[in-house]
Amino acid sequence: MIWEPEYETMAREDLEQLQLERLEAVLSRVYMHVPFYRRQFDDAGIEPDDFRSLSDLGNLPFTTKNDLRKNYPYGMFAVPLRDVVRVHSSSGTTGAATVVGYTENDIKRWSGLVARVLTAGGVTKDDVVQIAFGYGLFTGGFGLHYGAERIGASVIPISSGNTKRQIQILEDFKSTALVCTPSYAMLLADTMYEMGVDVNALSLKYGLFGAEPWSEAMRNELQSKLNIIATDNYGLSEVMGPGVAGECLERKGLHINEDHFIIEVIDPETLKPVVPGEVGELVITTLTKEAFPVIRYRTRDLTRLITDECPCGRTFNRIEKVRGRTDDMLIIKGVNVFPSQIERVLFEVEGTEPHYQIIVERKGALDVATVLVEATEEIFFDEMKLQKGLIDRINKALVHELGIGMDVKLVEKKTIERTEGKAVRVIDKRKM
Amino acid sequence: MLKVRNLESGYGDLRVLRHVSLHVNPGEIVTIIGANGAGKTTLLHTIAGLMKARSGEVLFNGSDITGLAAERRVLSGCSLVPEGRQLFADMTVHENLILGANVRYKRKEHEMVEGVLEHVYGLFPVLRERLGQYAGTLSGGEQQMLAIARALMAAPKLVMMDEPSMGLAPLIVKEIFNVVRRLREDGATVLLVEQNAKAALAIADRGYVIETGRIILQGPSEELLHNRDVQRAYLGRDLDSETKI
Repeated sequence: MIWEPEYETMAREDLEQLQLERLEAVLSRVYMHVPFYRRQFDDAGIEPDDFRSLSDLGNLPFTTKNDLRKNYPYGMFAVPLRDVVRVHSSSGTTGAATVVGYTENDIKRWSGLVARVLTAGGVTKDDVVQIAFGYGLFTGGFGLHYGAERIGASVIPISSGNTKRQIQILEDFKSTALVCTPSYAMLLADTMYEMGVDVNALSLKYGLFGAEPWSEAMRNELQSKLNIIATDNYGLSEVMGPGVAGECLERKGLHINEDHFIIEVIDPETLKPVVPGEVGELVITTLTKEAFPVIRYRTRDLTRLITDECPCGRTFNRIEKVRGRTDDMLIIKGVNVFPSQIERVLFEVEGTEPHYQIIVERKGALDVATVLVEATEEIFFDEMKLQKGLIDRINKALVHELGIGMDVKLVEKKTIERTEGKAVRVIDKRKM
Repeated sequence: MLKVRNLESGYGDLRVLRHVSLHVNPGEIVTIIGANGAGKTTLLHTIAGLMKARSGEVLFNGSDITGLAAERRVLSGCSLVPEGRQLFADMTVHENLILGANVRYKRKEHEMVEGVLEHVYGLFPVLRERLGQYAGTLSGGEQQMLAIARALMAAPKLVMMDEPSMGLAPLIVKEIFNVVRRLREDGATVLLVEQNAKAALAIADRGYVIETGRIILQGPSEELLHNRDVQRAYLGRDLDSETKI
């Protein structure tokens, strides 16, 4: 099912007309109301009136997380605070937090866009949606909540945490859709197996996971462990929160809500657009937000654009599952490595649990990375030979995937801390 | 049906429209709201070909009509109901209507005009009652209906209306907006320019807000009605006094 077919299946030509109209309007608004953008445009010698076509977007300056921080808390708002009905704050995954605002209209549009993403992921009004994202300053809980409510589904706003209670509610309330981070879904699955819960007896059909990068291997694992269809969805609080893009049941990339967001993919070094289809940093411009519009916001998320036709009927272009953040990227022995690549390797090696952590340290002039991997009990309590064999296999697979080997250390099951929100995959001791 | 991209126009050195982009889909009522002097009439006149575009393009049913003469635009199905009605006061209702079909007569489409006339009288029974009366003797509301009916005589696909509520009593305004609604049910597509933002947004599917020659907001009417800037500037809601504690 498609939530808003009149938009989601638009002809490209009509979409581009709508994007142009909305872009021109938002540029006029930010120029009038946000001193930061007025300065940016003036410094670059650009007047919003000079804007002629969508391709002119490439001449506008970028906006970075640092710009948002410098204007903390309300400097980037395009409406007076009295018009703002909600304030959220970025989760502060990296560094200081940023503040974002929503008007009444923004909240309504947000609900509608999340409703699209949920519908694309299989949710209908007949579903019972368990939202295990945190409710609070983090946009995940409220965003998904509004979308599910808009569809008319039965919403369980359980929020994050209290794993045993989550499982009890999954069973007792007959939840059919689970909304959380993929790493938390994995923790729920593992805990259920330990508790001896019969997963097949659950009513669960769909998992809508987001807020952190996850691999295809992790998807397969979650789908088979929980007996669900797992889709990825994407958003970030600086841009709106969830609802920016989401996978349909084809599960081959996330449809971007292009009538509300224009995306670009750039090379983070040269800042030039990458060859279409190549991996680069995702840059997003909001077209309809009233309180907190952003122009060419550098997300630091790495992905690539997919323009092939999708069998689901949606005409919106897709982005590939986000591979990681530019600032999660590790340079080890001169090679760019993303935690998600390591995750993929670990899933392929038998005898490991899908829980891992990467410790990066500086030794002299060199960056050294150690991968901590949880091994299954059988292996861990067995003789050293088995353990050594496993380490070798992991290392070989890492070399195969990344081109370099890494130090691998096996740890006992459950030694790596489980989180209820975003998983901590990298501990960078260089910055400590 | 109508696509306008980066339209710029003005009078002499005065740049009235800076760069306006908008579209109207078949069967829609779309409204353009804005204060006096924002560029609403200039926009309609530029689309209708009464004023020349300095740059930008106007596409009507897929073909570029930017350089086309005004009467050719009427022929292609794009009619204007001008501000202040612009009727011929010393001519009868019937004569005014026949003049509206001028472009069709020129093309020897007499039979078609007969059919259209019947249809128009069907839509506006009050005009049939007064068909021999001089237009100048009609009430304000009837004159506005005649102005709309006259535009319909060219059998347009898109009807553009410039301030149809101007100078009319509130009850009559309601009646005129009912006419606009009926036109849509009748299959017409309407681009409506209005200062009466509340009434216009109440019947329109979508709207554009124009300020000093630029579109600063656009979206479904429902959204515009809930936008605080629109409420402050065009709906007469005094938010400043509401927020005082």
